[in-house]
Amino acid sequence: MLLFIALPIASVVVQSLFVQHEQVMIEVENCGPFKCETVIQADPDATAALRESAPLGKYNALKTYTNRNHLAFDELGDIWSTSETFFGFVGGVYNLPFYKALFFTLTYTFLVAPSVLILGLFIALGVNRLPELVKGPTIFASLLPMIVTPLIGSLILFWMVDADGIIGATLQLIFNNPDLSLKASAPLTWIMLIIYGIWHSTPFAFVVFYAGLQTVPSDTLEAAQIDGASRWQRVRFVIVPYMMPLAIFILLMQLMDGLRVFEPIVGFSASAKATSLSWIIFNDLFGNAKLYGSAAATSMLTIIFVCIILTPVLIRTWRDFNRKGI
Amino acid sequence: MKYIKILSCAALMTGASFGSAFAGCGIESGRISILANDFPALHAVVSKAEECAGGAVTFAKNHTAKHQELQGPALTANPAEYTAKIVTNGSIVPLLTDGLLRPLDDLVAKHGQSLGKNQLITIDGKIMAVAFMANAQHLVVRQDILEKVGKPIPATYEEVLETAEAIRAAGIMKYPFAMLTKADWNLGEEVVNMYLGHGGEFFKPGTAEASVNNAKGVATLEMLKSLMEYSNPDFLTYNTGAVVPLWESGELAMAEIWGSSMGSLLDDEGSTPAVVSNTVPANAPTVGGGSNPASTLWWDGFSIAKNISDEDAEATFIALVNGVSAEMVKANNDKAVWLMDAYVPGKSAEGVSMVAAAGAEPYPMLPYMGLLHGAFVAEVPDFLQGNESAEQTLADIEAAYTASAKEKGFLK
Repeated sequence: MLLFIALPIASVVVQSLFVQHEQVMIEVENCGPFKCETVIQADPDATAALRESAPLGKYNALKTYTNRNHLAFDELGDIWSTSETFFGFVGGVYNLPFYKALFFTLTYTFLVAPSVLILGLFIALGVNRLPELVKGPTIFASLLPMIVTPLIGSLILFWMVDADGIIGATLQLIFNNPDLSLKASAPLTWIMLIIYGIWHSTPFAFVVFYAGLQTVPSDTLEAAQIDGASRWQRVRFVIVPYMMPLAIFILLMQLMDGLRVFEPIVGFSASAKATSLSWIIFNDLFGNAKLYGSAAATSMLTIIFVCIILTPVLIRTWRDFNRKGI
Repeated sequence: MKYIKILSCAALMTGASFGSAFAGCGIESGRISILANDFPALHAVVSKAEECAGGAVTFAKNHTAKHQELQGPALTANPAEYTAKIVTNGSIVPLLTDGLLRPLDDLVAKHGQSLGKNQLITIDGKIMAVAFMANAQHLVVRQDILEKVGKPIPATYEEVLETAEAIRAAGIMKYPFAMLTKADWNLGEEVVNMYLGHGGEFFKPGTAEASVNNAKGVATLEMLKSLMEYSNPDFLTYNTGAVVPLWESGELAMAEIWGSSMGSLLDDEGSTPAVVSNTVPANAPTVGGGSNPASTLWWDGFSIAKNISDEDAEATFIALVNGVSAEMVKANNDKAVWLMDAYVPGKSAEGVSMVAAAGAEPYPMLPYMGLLHGAFVAEVPDFLQGNESAEQTLADIEAAYTASAKEKGFLK
């Protein structure tokens, strides 16, 4: 626990409080194959000396958290005072990269998690009623979406929804609109990502529920049947309450999975239309400009959001546990 | 004829490798280890350098598209993991900023007689890299389609718009144009090109403060948006890997692509003779009445790590000078626009040559340019999707840049 969870988090917290040293800039003349020009350049020796004296960088307190690329307190204040309508304010906030990513991340999480829960339950109930002969193959096939690596799965789907791909072309035919492109419109991209998320995660819920169904006491079900309960009533009043702890477990997992959604955005090349908190972290660390402080701050904010969202679920689990204890 | 050519090439190659086995490249011992991007022209250079290996000379190479991720940590180590890095005017900047490269003046004086003066990249009077090839984005057109609508090859982006409209009006293609507008580094590069074509300056002179929120910035964004009217609505997912196959399948009439992609458009793979024979490279268009083409020049070259012994540095330098020798150019003439004298420009090089001759700017070698480039990538898609005004986008770009430049220590 200490080595693999507490230490990395502590190091990220420390990292998020520092930024790079001020770069010592000097004017130099650069010549290349095309021309010579005078430019300003960082002085590596002077910067190295600074780095030697304080290897962590410059202490920046919480300013990385509050700058425009994160919580943007100053910008929020500006937008609040300049926007006339509430929608103007929301539009202004949505224009800030962190809130934009947060909005998609939350939308994704709150649509995918319940859908996965419900769909998983119904698939489990359905499969449970199948004759033994086809049960095995059906379970295997239903698990496939979970077996495919998310990045590969989304890349495959990305090519399928291309205007020339099988899904893209079929949709164009159905809606009789040759310009329909799932990649071009922001709402359709969101829907695509969310459907992908549901498709990918449902097998997990299904397999957990299916295992749970095998343990539902048959005498209670038979008693309900004798009392004249319909199939729906048996599901509603016997099976669902019995499997509530499992449902909460799945919900917990799905909320956590949703909040760290990342691969489909890369796989679907969707970053122009939808970004997530994890994607921002990736973007900060990718390429030449490595913004370690910025990435660390976004990571901390993600952890805080995960805690906030999981609190109600955890409190409920804790209460259940206590009640059982008595 | 072709057979004879291959034979003579093979003879030349084996001759060279035999030569190296006996005479070497004049290297007796040392460690040579090269990190490079992964495309055919660089394979040619590094493989040629590899001929110097043998005996007490150890050789290793790593061609990877992730070279930019690796270069910093690998060259910071002491001794450095790689003795040489193949860089561009973009990827050399972080290495310079961190002081990880060795000045090459002594080595050039001792072993660099075959190098041209235009190949030497000097920074603050010190030679830090040796360039060997050039690259730039330029226009490519389908001659047959332009003839059908009776238009010449467009020289300006305004003419590109007119020609695209004519092609659409004639019912030939609905989306005749494409450029590399994927919402990642590619889109940023298009903004840089277009802004420089308008004669814009990215920073306030002598400072690291961005200054793109001006009339030229607005004109840049508006032009990109107008062009995207004639590009498929999927344009925010278009990189070289998407545009080249579209071109080869005959779905485009005009495209702005990298010079290094011309080879694959003109070869006999992946396309039909009708498309290939009508594929013509053209200069990058100018824009807004400017005189310079809206494109940036790039070079690829080699540089040597600082944290290695002098012996290894010398061995690596000699091997790479061998790698960019006239022999290598002759064997790989059409793989790139080489900067060496032995190069005979072919059809695939015409575009880049035109861009260079027309006076395009080199991509800015500034340590904070990457941050501004990243801000373009983050903010411009919003504008191109019609979500906000050009002024708002430009203000967002400056704000996003300022936040990250402060974090990197370029701004207070």
